[in-house]
Amino acid sequence: MRLARHLPVTTLAAAIFMAGHAQAQTSITVATVNNNDMVIMQSLTEAFEEAHPDITLDWVVLEENVLRQRMTTDIATGGGQFDVMTIGTYEVPIWAERGWLSPLDNLPDDYNEDDLLASVRDGLSLDGTLHALPFYAESSMMYYRTDLFEEAGIEMSEQPTWEEVREWAGQLHGAQQGVAGICLRGKPGWGENMAFLTTLVNTYGGRWFDEEWNPELNSEPWVNAIQFYVDLLNDYGPPGASSNGFNENLALFARGNCAMWVDATSAAGKLFDENESDVADSLGFAPAPIAETPKGSHWLWSWALAIPASSEKQEAALEFITWATSEAYIELVGETQGWTNVPPGTRESTYANEQYTDAAPFADFVLSAIQETDPNDSTLEPNPYVGVQTVNIPEFQSIGTQVGQTIAAALTGDSTVEQALDNAQRATERTMQRAGYIER
Amino acid sequence: MTTLGSKTAPPRSVAGWRSAQAKRAIITVLGWSVALVIFFPIFWMVLTGFKTETAAIADPTLIFSPTLESYQAVQARSGYARFALNSVAVAFGSTFFALLIAIPCAYAMAFLPTKRTKGTLLWMLSTKMLPSVGVLVPIYLIFRDVGLLDTRTGLIIIYTLMNLPIVVWMLYTFFKDMPKDILEAGRMDGATTLQEVCFLLLPLTLPGIASTGLLSIILSWNEAFWSLNLTSSKAAPLTAYIASFSSPEGLFWAKLSAASTMAIAPILILGWMTQKQMVRGLTFGAVK
Repeated sequence: MRLARHLPVTTLAAAIFMAGHAQAQTSITVATVNNNDMVIMQSLTEAFEEAHPDITLDWVVLEENVLRQRMTTDIATGGGQFDVMTIGTYEVPIWAERGWLSPLDNLPDDYNEDDLLASVRDGLSLDGTLHALPFYAESSMMYYRTDLFEEAGIEMSEQPTWEEVREWAGQLHGAQQGVAGICLRGKPGWGENMAFLTTLVNTYGGRWFDEEWNPELNSEPWVNAIQFYVDLLNDYGPPGASSNGFNENLALFARGNCAMWVDATSAAGKLFDENESDVADSLGFAPAPIAETPKGSHWLWSWALAIPASSEKQEAALEFITWATSEAYIELVGETQGWTNVPPGTRESTYANEQYTDAAPFADFVLSAIQETDPNDSTLEPNPYVGVQTVNIPEFQSIGTQVGQTIAAALTGDSTVEQALDNAQRATERTMQRAGYIER
Repeated sequence: MTTLGSKTAPPRSVAGWRSAQAKRAIITVLGWSVALVIFFPIFWMVLTGFKTETAAIADPTLIFSPTLESYQAVQARSGYARFALNSVAVAFGSTFFALLIAIPCAYAMAFLPTKRTKGTLLWMLSTKMLPSVGVLVPIYLIFRDVGLLDTRTGLIIIYTLMNLPIVVWMLYTFFKDMPKDILEAGRMDGATTLQEVCFLLLPLTLPGIASTGLLSIILSWNEAFWSLNLTSSKAAPLTAYIASFSSPEGLFWAKLSAASTMAIAPILILGWMTQKQMVRGLTFGAVK
């Protein structure tokens, strides 16, 4: 009884004590994702704070989709919860156009802006002005197991074609127990299967929209590309391919369950690390395969640091993003975390550094893949959009995910490729009509 | 055979006894099966936390070499204590305020009902049917304007409001089952309404109030939508802590499982410790 009488009072006191507003801090809040490179950045907080004693860092780490939704809510409502945001090549031009991001036209002289790779810099710019600084960038390429290729007497071409890949997959499928001929993304999502499939459609000569923004999802190149993909994975893919995204395929390849894998260049460091990969000794690299055209056959993505216009700590935020994307930061990571762990794909100087190129034999592939990518000219026929594996319009997230789901249904055999693409075409037409791109 | 039956109740027949035993065995097996099915995800999560990242995504097996590396990685990266403190503050704070508002409310509805009481109760419950995301933007804007974003106070307010309908409903049910004569006797002895509530109603319905409070604590502890959307760094509770270990690039299941185990451990222990109280409360008045 006595306890029961005093419990509310004690709880109230505790709640009031603990619920007090947090003290105002001279700190900046950085929103980011839980990728290896970002984890390293977080671990180097002390180094930044020592060099900048007047600034402290608060980290908000969230799952990619949650982070994107959280940041969109905050930035659209001017919440001002974040001073630095980690966003991608897809969001930067869209958000910059709406005035949500601070233009970065006042970079310090020692930042060496000209050292940034041109294609990456262009992807983060609006009208020639940077609106985010690249933290790391990636393209796509092919990984393969050299031991299986040697055993089968196959020689990798300098520029493999998808037809060759199909032939090799047939030869290598089941070469060892549990080895699939090829692993590819099957998990639906605009950033999952559609990132890969858009590059496949590009190289088959297709495009998302014609110059008048009419969708072309049931055109011949799309049907050919998707039919090829569905047949390839059903014949020579791993079991349950429709639920495999980047992470799942990375794990499969690292365990030796795939003879070939076409995916992000950012996987190279992990596959090359003996602690994380069973195939580090027999890892081969090749450019992403092509079909009708090399245009758009490999993607371009960069994670970048941007400052929302709603932040009240613009100067401190700029200090941080210029530090985290600088040459000095790359040096710091190389020296403290190992050179294979430096954020790749952003600066010419990284690839001129022998310590890096010696430690990362995949460096040249990554550099040339990124340099060859042109988001403004990614398809055989002209198109009205920017983006290689994405269409940089706000509607693309929902369109991409919906189309990804219909194609995943074709992969699992729930519909034919033609049915899936007809459905995708109708759904995309409706979305584009509602958004006002085309007339009803 | 007859001696077996004579220990408990007079034997009806051997066949009857056997059938009762078989029934009991079936119910026991069924009960255990349901419990195991419900508990399995938690069991698997705890197990995964002790695996390496590659073992975590390998073919499922119960035989592996346990390691603490995921726990070490999780500990090295994030301040668990800060997130846990926020969880404790908002779960207990919001439960306190929910009870503070709900007790008088449920008292009025149970002992002084009007013709609109039932309708009001249903209306209160209907607010739970609205998807949270539907009111995200208005709430976000209000919180922004009054400076409640990323504060424990903000989360306590939102969790109090979120749990209030269910807390009122539960308390109303418990209060309604209490004989009115006891309160009337108190009133005849000169007790005021406050005394009636504090010295008669609350002590007599304490198991029900305790289980309602515990349920509210659990609901607040596990809530993720509002905590992810309304907090960033200062007031983020353990649900945000778990979310930070999911990764779009790289293996994360073992670390995520370790973080989740650490996040649910306090509430699981609380649940175990108060199990008796909870069951007593939840079945309070069920059997008369």
